[in-house]
Amino acid sequence: MNNLLNVSLSPHAKSSDSVNKLMRNVIIAMLPIMLFSFYYFGIGAIIVTLVSITSALMFEWIISKFILKREPNLSDGSALITGMLLAFNVPSNLPFWIVMIGALVAIGVGKMSFGGLGTNIFNPALVGRVFLLISFPVQTTSWPKPLDSFTSYTDAVTGATPLAILKEELKKGEKVSDILEKLPSFMDLFIGKIGGSLGEVAALAILIGMIYMLATKTITWHIPVSVLGSIFVVAGTLWLINDEKFINPFFHLLTGGILLGAVFMATDYVTSPMTGKGQIIYGIGIGVITIIIRIAGAYPEGISFAILIMNGLTPLINMYIKPKRFGEVVKNGK
Amino acid sequence: MLKTFAKGGIHPPENKLSAEKAIEILPVCEMVTIPISQHIGAPAKVIVKKNDTVKVGQIIAESGGFVSANIHSSVSGTVQKIEETFDASGYKRMSVTIKVEGDEWLETIDRSPEVVRQCTLSSEEIVKKITAAGIVGLGGATFPTQIKLMIPKGMTADTLIINGVECEPYLTADDRLMLEKGEEILVGVSILMKALNVSKAIIGIENNKTKAIAHIDNLAKSFQGISVQALKVQYPQGGEKQLIKACIGREVPSGGLPIAVGAVVQNVGTAFAVYEAVQKNKPLFERVVTVTGKSLKKPSNFLARVGTPLTALIEAAGGLPDDTGKIISGGPMMGKALRSAEVPMTKGTSGVLILPNPEAKRKIIQECIRCAKCVSACPMGLEPYLMMPLSERRIFDRLEKEKVMDCIECGSCSYTCPSNRPLLDYIRLGKASVGAIMRSRKK
Repeated sequence: MNNLLNVSLSPHAKSSDSVNKLMRNVIIAMLPIMLFSFYYFGIGAIIVTLVSITSALMFEWIISKFILKREPNLSDGSALITGMLLAFNVPSNLPFWIVMIGALVAIGVGKMSFGGLGTNIFNPALVGRVFLLISFPVQTTSWPKPLDSFTSYTDAVTGATPLAILKEELKKGEKVSDILEKLPSFMDLFIGKIGGSLGEVAALAILIGMIYMLATKTITWHIPVSVLGSIFVVAGTLWLINDEKFINPFFHLLTGGILLGAVFMATDYVTSPMTGKGQIIYGIGIGVITIIIRIAGAYPEGISFAILIMNGLTPLINMYIKPKRFGEVVKNGK
Repeated sequence: MLKTFAKGGIHPPENKLSAEKAIEILPVCEMVTIPISQHIGAPAKVIVKKNDTVKVGQIIAESGGFVSANIHSSVSGTVQKIEETFDASGYKRMSVTIKVEGDEWLETIDRSPEVVRQCTLSSEEIVKKITAAGIVGLGGATFPTQIKLMIPKGMTADTLIINGVECEPYLTADDRLMLEKGEEILVGVSILMKALNVSKAIIGIENNKTKAIAHIDNLAKSFQGISVQALKVQYPQGGEKQLIKACIGREVPSGGLPIAVGAVVQNVGTAFAVYEAVQKNKPLFERVVTVTGKSLKKPSNFLARVGTPLTALIEAAGGLPDDTGKIISGGPMMGKALRSAEVPMTKGTSGVLILPNPEAKRKIIQECIRCAKCVSACPMGLEPYLMMPLSERRIFDRLEKEKVMDCIECGSCSYTCPSNRPLLDYIRLGKASVGAIMRSRKK
């Protein structure tokens, strides 16, 4: 024998899954959303997306290299995903320097301060987004009108999002049946012809991405189904109780970032629970908190906060919600 | 209807390269080395001396305790030396080396090819014969078979489950045995049923062996109480607890034995050995071994004598390829990587797998991204991602509470991990420590 043999413990076989492959699946699933955003918001969307991605990668590299002093690993794709998600969460007319600040907070505070990939508690892109929302409330809540601003960036014509219209009108004491006339049609909501952040408008594109990730087993059904299901049930119950005060649940599902959040943000591996049962509890928590914020909170939109709150509860869920152990329940009479 | 176990499991590429290769009888080689510890439990005690002449089937080492098994010579010839040599475990163990002269079998062994179906022996007599023949579980665990047939007081068995799953990728020994020795296996099963005094036996076979399922199902019609259950192709379908769950829907309690739910599990290879021992007076000294690997010229199934060096098996399958990076005794999921092929095959050697070099090496370990794939893959409902750091940091009390001792070491977690983390390595370490702590507490 001329060469030495490898002597390692079993198993000697390894699945073809790798971190890079899983991240690549997520990136592929996000591409339709990106293309839709380019189509609706034009040059602004392209600038915001590029700035967000490059600054996320740059900050990841700089912090790894000079602060954590370890070999930067950009190839795993996680910083790229954070950059894309951050862009999806902001309007297309957001000045590029604000986007950069968002990327710095997302990567620096949201991820690297906890030790990098795998150890962060909160979804980095959402940390960046919420930081921007609180720090730059004006810039981050002026929404360019779709298809209207193809060649304009920060000077785009803006309008309110459907959720903001709803909140304002309800405050004025209008009835839902009257407000509905001022809101976009369901078809427009579904294909994304509405005001909003880059990634949240096109429900269709998000659903395509979700199907792709489920088909490639990148994510499981637990989180998206429990988030969307609980929102549907809670909003639906309120609507059945009083349909003049509360809008129908389909409107909730198709507006704002609920679909984007349920499919791409809440399903982040690192910050979501490990067991199916835990993931369902986490999903229901997100759904319920989202509706509470939308109906009773100051912001028209609530899913970012809801996901961050449940991210914080994830370690607790992992501690107390255990998978059912094999042979745990001794069955009587065999 | 395909049945399967309740939770977890993976589906590694099946790679059954030798599934169509009929069992070949491997010519006896010049020298065999027979270890006296080929089973779980106490090593056997050598009863031959140097320069003794032995015949095929003659006992050379006697059972060394309650959990132990007799060892028989697999060849005829002269005992050359009795000393410690390396076996497949990588340790030096006492072995008997015999220089082969001719092939003279004990006269008591019935070598005729006719299948003997009639068995008039009583339950005790059957167990006695099985004990004398040195039969151990041939699925790989090598637990002495007679102990599984002695039902502890206060417990009853109602179902015998025969493991024909062969869920390990690459291996085809049981598949071929079922196709070629189906009737003998079924006689063996009915003998085991008699020994256990049960009226029902289920042969569980994974659905990638459709020919074996059809064949055994057809033959089983003429045997009372024996049925075939096709099972979903899902690893570890052949794990004892998983197989019981799949076949009869009962869950063996944590820390318990199959008998706690009235089941006894035996491998198809064991059933065949029982047939040969009881009906043909033939002790266990040869078995079917799959020699396989993508880089191998001629993946094959051999009927080989215990003590045959693995080098001879590999040579018969076309020789060791140059790019070999790993030689495994057993399958890719639970087999043992060998330091060298210069070790003898034993009763528990179900296969020899050759892996070429890039595949033989482990991949670079990355950070855990908490994707939870290990949790969903674990067939025992454990959390490998959590047990690995607990074991690494030696937090053994937590590890015990997380049921580390329930781990069946199937390797589904390490297989599935996208970050290539050595989950099972650390869980094994943790199990060893927790097991020692639990035993010291009992004292």
